[in-house]
Amino acid sequence: MKSGKKIPRTQPPEQKPEVRRHNFQEVSLGYTPAMAQLEASRCIQCKKPKCMIGCPVRVHIPEFIDLVAQGKFLEAAEKIKESNSLPGITGRVCPQEDQCEKHCVVGIKGEPLAIGKLERFVADFERLHKSGDSLIQTQPTGKRIAIIGAGPAGLTAAGDLAKMGHEVVIFEALHQPGGVLFYGIPQFRLPKDVVEAEIDYLRKLGVEIKVNYVIGQIKSLDELMKEEGFHAVFIGTGAGLPHFLDIPGENLNGVYSANEFLTRVNLMHAWEFPRFDTPIHPHKVIAVVGGGNTALDAARTALRLPTTEKVIVLYRRSREEMPARQEEIQHAEEEGIDFQFLTAPFEFRGKNGWLSQIACYRMALGKPDASDRRRPERIPDSEFEVKADAVIIALGSGVNPLIAKSAEDLQTDSKGHIELADEDINVTSKPGVFAGGDIVTGAATVISAMGAGKKAAQGIHEYVMKGNH
Amino acid sequence: MYTILEKENLAPRVFRYIIQAPDIAKKARPGQFVIIRLDETGERFPITISDMDSNSGTLTVYVQAIGKSSLEMSELHDGDSILDVVGPLGNASEIAKFGTVVLVGGGFGIAAIHPIARALTEAGNHTLSILGARTAELVLLEDAMRKVSSEVCIVTNDGSSGSEGLVTDVLLQKIKEGIPIDRVIAIGPLVMMKSVADLTRSYNIKTTVSLNPIMIDGTGMCGACRVTVGNQMKFACVDGPEFDGHEVDFESLFNRLNSYVSEEYEARQRYIQDTQDKEPCRLEASSQTVSSS
Ligand SMILES: Cc1cc2nc3c(=O)[nH]c(=O)nc-3n(C[C@H](O)[C@H](O)[C@H](O)COP(=O)(O)OP(=O)(O)OC[C@H]3O[C@@H](n4cnc5c(N)ncnc54)[C@H](O)[C@@H]3O)c2cc1C
Ligand code: SF4
Ligand code: FES
Repeated sequence: MKSGKKIPRTQPPEQKPEVRRHNFQEVSLGYTPAMAQLEASRCIQCKKPKCMIGCPVRVHIPEFIDLVAQGKFLEAAEKIKESNSLPGITGRVCPQEDQCEKHCVVGIKGEPLAIGKLERFVADFERLHKSGDSLIQTQPTGKRIAIIGAGPAGLTAAGDLAKMGHEVVIFEALHQPGGVLFYGIPQFRLPKDVVEAEIDYLRKLGVEIKVNYVIGQIKSLDELMKEEGFHAVFIGTGAGLPHFLDIPGENLNGVYSANEFLTRVNLMHAWEFPRFDTPIHPHKVIAVVGGGNTALDAARTALRLPTTEKVIVLYRRSREEMPARQEEIQHAEEEGIDFQFLTAPFEFRGKNGWLSQIACYRMALGKPDASDRRRPERIPDSEFEVKADAVIIALGSGVNPLIAKSAEDLQTDSKGHIELADEDINVTSKPGVFAGGDIVTGAATVISAMGAGKKAAQGIHEYVMKGNH
Repeated sequence: MYTILEKENLAPRVFRYIIQAPDIAKKARPGQFVIIRLDETGERFPITISDMDSNSGTLTVYVQAIGKSSLEMSELHDGDSILDVVGPLGNASEIAKFGTVVLVGGGFGIAAIHPIARALTEAGNHTLSILGARTAELVLLEDAMRKVSSEVCIVTNDGSSGSEGLVTDVLLQKIKEGIPIDRVIAIGPLVMMKSVADLTRSYNIKTTVSLNPIMIDGTGMCGACRVTVGNQMKFACVDGPEFDGHEVDFESLFNRLNSYVSEEYEARQRYIQDTQDKEPCRLEASSQTVSSS
């Protein structure tokens, strides 16, 4: 495998921009087995693999890549799953350029190994070729665990706990498990059958998923533990309450939060209206405010709706500061999305109750701020208007208050995030209650939520097995 | 799956459903609502909980068949089931001993006022319920409201039951009679709630209204239900649905509620068309009632 250094990084085929901007199918088509083996052959099998340092859950990267190089794809999948139970998802959505691939030594002189693409290939291969899951038979422990929220944090915790022999019930507020993986990240980046397959696997492990259960409203934490007989609870309820700009005109029709827009399209299938009942108004020019993954997902989703003629992203800093993944920015540019950098809206203006113009300032970058990015400052007298009949606000979100409101003894920080009493096992101030994912950290990543779910599962296991809970 | 145990047609286009939902019934309080999705292709829509019985594990809801989803729901019968019922959502009404409370229920809003009136009467208040509707047959729950209120006044636009006029006429009359009113709770069409709030503002009587903006998740995630109250953005599903009527920006709510009117219309027409093709005679009647809305 050592000779491979000179082979360039293998690019998987993609749908052409002019084709994909009209459909919701996945942009990247993934490796063929031969491509995967070729890419894997570029790995120099470091003794002290740096890439693993970059991975929040420490996937055994060189080992799985070696198995791919040998064509042992199913074994490679097993290897990844020792530390990451959802590789089909992380292979697609992890910001690898900031994590594993950033540390890859092959990347010092050339391009780093395509670790994410390989991970995705292996997971897809396993999903399509494995006949029946090898379900580990564990001795039931007789302990019952409640998981609140079926996002990546909750799903990971549930899977790990079920494998340890506990009886696991997930309570999910929506009618569909998956969290952001389902309602937020669009099909063309993460096909929903990939997510469904993971959820099915949990069901096979014996996990029960109760949808339509908003904990805090239908049952409190105490009721779950005292009346329903759960020995421990994990809270993975994610982010909530979308932020708005707090500028005039936000109540005009045509102004959406990214969550609303994406939920209408992804979860409620508004793009298939009228076959599905949830509508989205037929907009022509859609602006998106923000520069993260959510903003780009909203922009690229908007572009794919049948009546859309133009999508404009308004971002107050410049391209370099955009927090979205490189790959997403590049895909969006290829698809013809218009980026207006150094632009900040200050008023939404409307006609007959509908948005028609967005009044903006031009910005300049000043000194770095607390986030270490240069602070955007308003250029005097630089007002101008952007014509748009819809605007999607993608500026992140605050915290969902429902659970904390129903449990006074659960400690939260000033913003409402649940506080951990011990970060090694993700336990909260309330005995028997663990938490992880965006509800603890604020909006973060899929893999960090999964990492938190994993740690909490271990913490819960020790907690329920040691005491007479 | 949530089974419909009983469905009754109370007035043209108005139906009452008793739905099996034991966990929700156990927790639901007056003022709260559920979100319903009828089937896989359905939309999520909020409905106020009008009654709950934890012993039988049932919820009572009233549905007015005006949009596609509610029309479709009006086609369901005893024993049929609903795919998703989520709740109880929103905050419960504040129940305390205020003294004299006037409950104003407009048309369909009477169904929502009923459990609140009962709880307030039980809490020792003198409850005066003003029930208003366009015409006599739309005055819902009259008997039930008499049972749970200290006093009931009926008012219809055409005078076919009770006095002729608007709920605000009766309210104004009561205020002028000098009855000390400690609180007003108004639930009904937006215009009605706005006029009640406008009236009580000038007499400085605290007034609660229950808002019904467009909702999707009902858990505070999407922001579709945002309303402006006291110049601040609030999410009706987690901060409401009840708010101080004197602080609510009704104008922007009117506007937002109208945002999907044309899509609603399209869906409804299509639904009527599709079902009519199958069963021409039975739906003739309902399509007529629909067009009068
Ligand atoms: C549009 C978008 C794109 C993103 N793109 C990426 C990306 O490319 N890469 C990446 O790594 N990260 C991305 N993220 C961030 C990532 O999705 C989140 O960090 C991650 O999903 C957090 O996982 P979680 O399990 O904590 O919460 P969530 O995924 O938010 O799941 C929480 C679940 O809990 C449920 N819930 C909430 N309240 C209750 C309650 N009271 N009772 C019961 N259930 C409840 C919710 O309905 C939801 O299903 C993106 C986020 C968004 C919004
Ligand atoms: S989980 Fe994410 S960071 Fe870890 S190896 Fe896989 S792609 Fe890289
Ligand atoms: S309905 Fe989505 S936040 Fe209220």
